[in-house]
Amino acid sequence: MVRNPAANRDQFRPHDHPNETFLLSTVVGSYPKPKWLNRADELVDDPDSKFDASDLEEAHDDACRLITHEHERAGLDTVVDGEMRRNEMVEFFADRIDGYEFNGPVKVWGHNYFDKPSVVEEVEYDEPWLVDEFEFTSNAAERPVKVPITGPYTLGFWAFNEAYPSTEELVYDLADLVNEEVEKLVEAGARYIQIDEPALATTPEDHAIVGEALERIAAGIPEEVRIGLHVCYGDYSRIYPEINDYPIDEFDVELCNGDFEQIPTFTDPEFEPDLALGVVDAHTAEVESVEEIKENIRQGLRVVPPEKLTISPDCGLKLLPRDIAYGKTENMVTAVREVEAEIDSGEIDLDNPLDD
Amino acid sequence: MTERVAATPGLYPLPDRAKETLSDLKGHQKGDLLSGDESESIAAEYGEVRAEYVDDQLDAGLDLISEGQGRWDDMIAHPLTVHDSVETGGIVRYYDNNNFYRDPRVVDDIGASGDVAGELEKAADLLDDADGAADASLATTLPGPYSLADLATDEYYGDEAEFQAAIAEFLAGEVAAFPDHETLFLLEPSLVTNPPAEGDEGRATDAIATVAAETDADVVVQTFYGALGEKLYAHLVDEAGADALGLDLVAGDRDDTVYNVQEFGSTDSLSLGLVDGQNTLVEDAETVAERVEWFEEQIPLEGFDRTYLTPNTELFYLPTNKYREKLNALAAAAEVLD
Repeated sequence: MVRNPAANRDQFRPHDHPNETFLLSTVVGSYPKPKWLNRADELVDDPDSKFDASDLEEAHDDACRLITHEHERAGLDTVVDGEMRRNEMVEFFADRIDGYEFNGPVKVWGHNYFDKPSVVEEVEYDEPWLVDEFEFTSNAAERPVKVPITGPYTLGFWAFNEAYPSTEELVYDLADLVNEEVEKLVEAGARYIQIDEPALATTPEDHAIVGEALERIAAGIPEEVRIGLHVCYGDYSRIYPEINDYPIDEFDVELCNGDFEQIPTFTDPEFEPDLALGVVDAHTAEVESVEEIKENIRQGLRVVPPEKLTISPDCGLKLLPRDIAYGKTENMVTAVREVEAEIDSGEIDLDNPLDD
Repeated sequence: MTERVAATPGLYPLPDRAKETLSDLKGHQKGDLLSGDESESIAAEYGEVRAEYVDDQLDAGLDLISEGQGRWDDMIAHPLTVHDSVETGGIVRYYDNNNFYRDPRVVDDIGASGDVAGELEKAADLLDDADGAADASLATTLPGPYSLADLATDEYYGDEAEFQAAIAEFLAGEVAAFPDHETLFLLEPSLVTNPPAEGDEGRATDAIATVAAETDADVVVQTFYGALGEKLYAHLVDEAGADALGLDLVAGDRDDTVYNVQEFGSTDSLSLGLVDGQNTLVEDAETVAERVEWFEEQIPLEGFDRTYLTPNTELFYLPTNKYREKLNALAAAAEVLD
């Protein structure tokens, strides 16, 4: 059953918010790394270089501050550090969870590889994964910080399972670990958690496994904490309306990439969690105009009323040039504020949001 | 007495060094992938990869040596994606995996290209020159016509049956140019994942038979990602011109596969997918041997001409250290059974 998003949404509304309507603006998470950070990541492995692990930590700190402030400069209501400390969404966590080992890169396509880990024994929680990262970013930020976490379904199915009789059982164990991490993050002050499950898009028939995993993740997490779920690149009709039963506050979708053709999927039956709608494409290197983004935001109003609409890019922006990523984010926030004003003034008819 | 032969259908992971060298030489984008007319430096790198694959297999003690298909950027769609009559479209999912290939859009008449024969010539030369290769012979690999048609997009023939037949003729032309080989593996995962509609089985088996007829070598029609439907299985045994059907004993329900063989008989030889090509857990030789015995015990026949001991899928899903261990496990299992 859906959590209670109305109980936690207002805390993200800035005190100086200019409009009566509030569409929560956010990002999915990843953001292009500054070139120097990529160089620094390589330099630390170079035995001839004096650049060491503590230098790299300093570089990561600098980059996290930089991107957090870049998000604030773009005007976002909630920010992320752009995942500057993370390499790949499975690798990063597998590195921190006992039970995983790495054997080397495997092919995804062409010459694109990923260090797909193997689960070789029961997974266990050791040190916190993200608490330091959250505390650092939170101290650097003026705005509330959102924490993206790769979900247990993706952590399980995008690994080799050597240890569990079924990958489903592995997923549930991982979900318990994610729950432990979320509890620690909440203790550290986090109020906005996003579970990323891209693997669900490739095997939508497993939606019940993801549902059970989310039950475990959300267990005991108070309602003032907002829990979102991000699923990208898929046929959403195969997991809707099932997601209405998930214990989440918000469902984040990537629809701009498909020109919003899947919007009608979500209109019947009624969409229950808040909708976080992707309104800029994460895989085109052109910045959408404010006008175009405003049209995209209106698509979301076909599904939910303004008080249940969150606005974000389609997906993480890390593959874009940095100036393009910034341009998209800035135009997105401008469009959000203009749409809010047009809702306040009655210019946008909420019953027919696409009408001019 | 059944002869046990340790072999693989190829498609190995690139050695880690070559992963880097080739991505530097070629790039990471769609347009950078192999087109069949690669530069000398790229061809030289693939030459080294091929030599390493041959050594890996001889070191492991496999009975049949595969070229390894390091060049196959698009997995089994490769023979089309490098073809002149094909334009490559977007990146599309490769079966139910987190892997992708370029959609081959066939836009003109597809005649024989000789691309695969070219790499097999080089593998045959390596094998001739190799120490300790006296007992090992060349195994060749192609996609089966049913799967290749399933993975491709037809923008020229305009008729499903005609397209499948054209793909079969194309593959037969490729086989005709092959150097001497002992075995031809035709990889047919689509027969499991997207089987022909009821009544169309004969068309699929005809297409396979067209390719199989082009070689004197033993033809193994290797199916994977699970068990075959029973009706299709029966058609394949009788009509595909295969010396051996390849059956996946790892993924899906292996009892269904046993039932098919018990109920509908089998080809004179069988190829058994025994080690998991998609999991880093390495089966020990005894486990693999037990799987062979478990299977053979349930089959009412006296024995087969040959049992091929193979991985259930291609091996490119694995990191390189584990791929080598899987080769060792297969070869060692054949020893245990002898």
